[in-house]
Amino acid sequence: MSNEIAPLTDPGLPEHIHRKADVDPIAAKKAERQVGILFLLSVLGTILFVYSYVGIDEDVFIFLPIMGNTNAHQLFLGLGLAMSLFFIGMAAVHWAKTLMPDHEVIDIRKEQRSKDEDRTQFVATVKERGGEAGLGRRPFIKRTMGLALGLVGISPILLLRDLGPLPENDLNTTNWAAGTRLVTDPGNRPIKPSDLEVGGVVQVQPEFPPGKERHLDDIAQDSVLLIRIRPEEFNLTPERLSWTYQGIIAFSKICSHMGCAVALYEQTTKHLLCPCHQSTFDVTRAAKVIFGPAARPLPQLAITVDSEGYLVAQAPFNEAVGPSFWGRDSQ
Amino acid sequence: MSARERVAGQVANYVDERTGAAKWLKKTVTKVFPDHWSFMLGEIVLYSFIILLLSGTFLTFWFDPSMREVEYEGSYEPLSGLKMSAAYASTLHISFDVRGGLLMRQVHHWAALIFMAAMVAHLMRVFFTGAFRKPREFNWIIGVGLLTLGIVEGFLGYSLPDDLLSGTGIRIAEAIIQAIPVVGSYLSYFAFGGAFPGEMFIPRIYVVHILLIPGIFLALITVHLMLVWYQKHTQYPGPGRTEKNVVGYPLMPVYMAKAGGFFFIVFGVTAFLGAVASINPIWIYGPYTPGQIGAGSQPDWYMGWLDGLVRMAPPIETHAFGHTISWNILIPGLIIPGIIFTGMALYPFIESWMTGDKREHHLLDRPRNAPNRTALGAMSITFMLVTLINGGNDLLATHFDLSINQIMWFSRIGVIVLPPLVFVITKRICLSLQRADRELVLHGRETGRLVMLPHGEFIEVHEPLSPHRAYTLASHEQPAAIEPVLADENGVRNPKGVKAKVQTRLSRAHSEQVAKPTAKEMLEIEDHH
Repeated sequence: MSNEIAPLTDPGLPEHIHRKADVDPIAAKKAERQVGILFLLSVLGTILFVYSYVGIDEDVFIFLPIMGNTNAHQLFLGLGLAMSLFFIGMAAVHWAKTLMPDHEVIDIRKEQRSKDEDRTQFVATVKERGGEAGLGRRPFIKRTMGLALGLVGISPILLLRDLGPLPENDLNTTNWAAGTRLVTDPGNRPIKPSDLEVGGVVQVQPEFPPGKERHLDDIAQDSVLLIRIRPEEFNLTPERLSWTYQGIIAFSKICSHMGCAVALYEQTTKHLLCPCHQSTFDVTRAAKVIFGPAARPLPQLAITVDSEGYLVAQAPFNEAVGPSFWGRDSQ
Repeated sequence: MSARERVAGQVANYVDERTGAAKWLKKTVTKVFPDHWSFMLGEIVLYSFIILLLSGTFLTFWFDPSMREVEYEGSYEPLSGLKMSAAYASTLHISFDVRGGLLMRQVHHWAALIFMAAMVAHLMRVFFTGAFRKPREFNWIIGVGLLTLGIVEGFLGYSLPDDLLSGTGIRIAEAIIQAIPVVGSYLSYFAFGGAFPGEMFIPRIYVVHILLIPGIFLALITVHLMLVWYQKHTQYPGPGRTEKNVVGYPLMPVYMAKAGGFFFIVFGVTAFLGAVASINPIWIYGPYTPGQIGAGSQPDWYMGWLDGLVRMAPPIETHAFGHTISWNILIPGLIIPGIIFTGMALYPFIESWMTGDKREHHLLDRPRNAPNRTALGAMSITFMLVTLINGGNDLLATHFDLSINQIMWFSRIGVIVLPPLVFVITKRICLSLQRADRELVLHGRETGRLVMLPHGEFIEVHEPLSPHRAYTLASHEQPAAIEPVLADENGVRNPKGVKAKVQTRLSRAHSEQVAKPTAKEMLEIEDHH
């Protein structure tokens, strides 16, 4: 099956060429000295390490080109460690290359496959011993054993059940409800439309009743970006337009693609950009996706003002915020 | 007998009488290893792993894997008084209040990057030289397993400090889990102990990162090395080297010194990087909160291709019957990586099926002598590079003044067009190199010396190759393609007709070669001279 005719005969291993240190005692002595010096450099490294650990204060900074201001303590600790290790290695390798024997040795390889008689014997043994267990003759044992072994895995899997609660309807809901005030994040202050200038953007959370703490889980679902543009710049359906207030529009800040915070707002183009995968949303068209892998607009929160003039949610989000999931009911 | 020899002899006797180790050690200390720089790539992986175990253990002494909220009181002023998780606060503590702590963190992170890079380089060496062929298929599969685990382990590792960047990475991982049809949101709630991010995640991945995966690593690496030991190392072709022998240096003393020394060199270089090259400065990112993010969020390089795939995915979701399927996450996040890694694991079997070659191979291929395989490898690397480029599209855009849209469209088109193109080009280059080898063997090296013959003709003097070099270039075998068996001698059509046809087509592609010089050609040339 292959072109077996070798055009050339194997000339065998090339003749061994002696190194200088093999034949010249002066060269050998020199190599020995070099190895010794390399080991001594490692000793120097250890000394540098110990000195840096006890002798250099942790708040000393030195300026180095390219690296800028560098903490001297950490730098010299590291350099000392690096030296102490690196030169042991160099010494050992130099030793091996100059002074240890460099004769190539030939070892014979055997095929991995066992000898035929070993294989036959093995099969015979297995058959004989297996036959002694009599599994073939006792189908009842065979079947019940299969059943038992098949089922025994259920227990450890079931044990993992309490790793977490079931999602229930959790992913579809947030803390936003009709009439919930928008409060600044950070700051927790309710805001009036006049607090936000045209072109401004602010991150808000739903107001929590006193005593209720805001956890990261809440922020992961509730974060909303409030953006104010000139009302005539909106290009919205009448329904969506009624969700805005005097040019203020509110979107979930959690990306509809993979849940990163959609944090970059470009004032001139009125685009929101997610820094993770560059999904870009057009604020004037209800956060329609204009670029990137996101498949859905950011959910819009309907807002208005309450009797005291503070911004509140008209209603909860009408869809799940954040990345998609199987049970997500879509438009 | 000197006193030292007597003591050593007594110790050896004591141990051997209890273990019988002398019989095994006698063979072991003279075990032969072939010498080549590319065989050190796997060594780097092993040594980085040891460095990771050492530096990682150091870090566990102070790291507090908890998402409990604490107020930062350490010595890093800008974050003073800020609320953060205990995990993040303890990472700051290691960085600023433990002497050598930052160094060890950076050594650990650099070692992880080198671990992955060396693993990929080792994989390429094994692939391009055909070292995965029989009898080494198991070790190839173990290697693919180690690579996959390494990616997971690295990701979990840089997620532990609970800074803004790593938290964002976990959020993306959560979205991938959540996107799995039917069970996704359940799996996510089990993994996170409820809604994202919850308070369970860091302690859980901590156990996986420092115990579970390192344990599996240790087991797999042990089997990997035992197989290398038992099957004996492969070697490059050359004079005196055959399928039946292994030529190299003995373990004792040469390889002990070289390999042991190399461990210290790798460790030294890693420590140097940890000393001078800042990596993952988590104090700049700040603690994680789902409502914020840093611009230019980037995963570590070995996750970059995955992120690049996700970034270039077309925005497709299916909404039907009250359910949502996110193809924009599933395809780049699970399906394509699944295909790539499964294909990689199965490649030894695929190639053996294509070529019909079921023999053992211990002599490595020079990549040019297996053009189809080499082209396939180059094609895969191209695919990975394009996705990796797209994974850094935001940084490329800012550094080179490009628009994200340009890079995105380049990669969307490039990821489909470039790999096949590279396949064709690589294959041609391999064949050209084979032709050059053939010329070299038949006509020798061009010396550049021109000589005028007595009758006025100018010729360039060609210097014949040394027999050793010529043998190295011409000793490889060139398997012929399998003959198609479409029907047996009675004219009955082969029931595996289509499969056989595919196999012969692939086999033909695989055996495309520039014929190496034959013995006859060599003789003719010799007569001629």
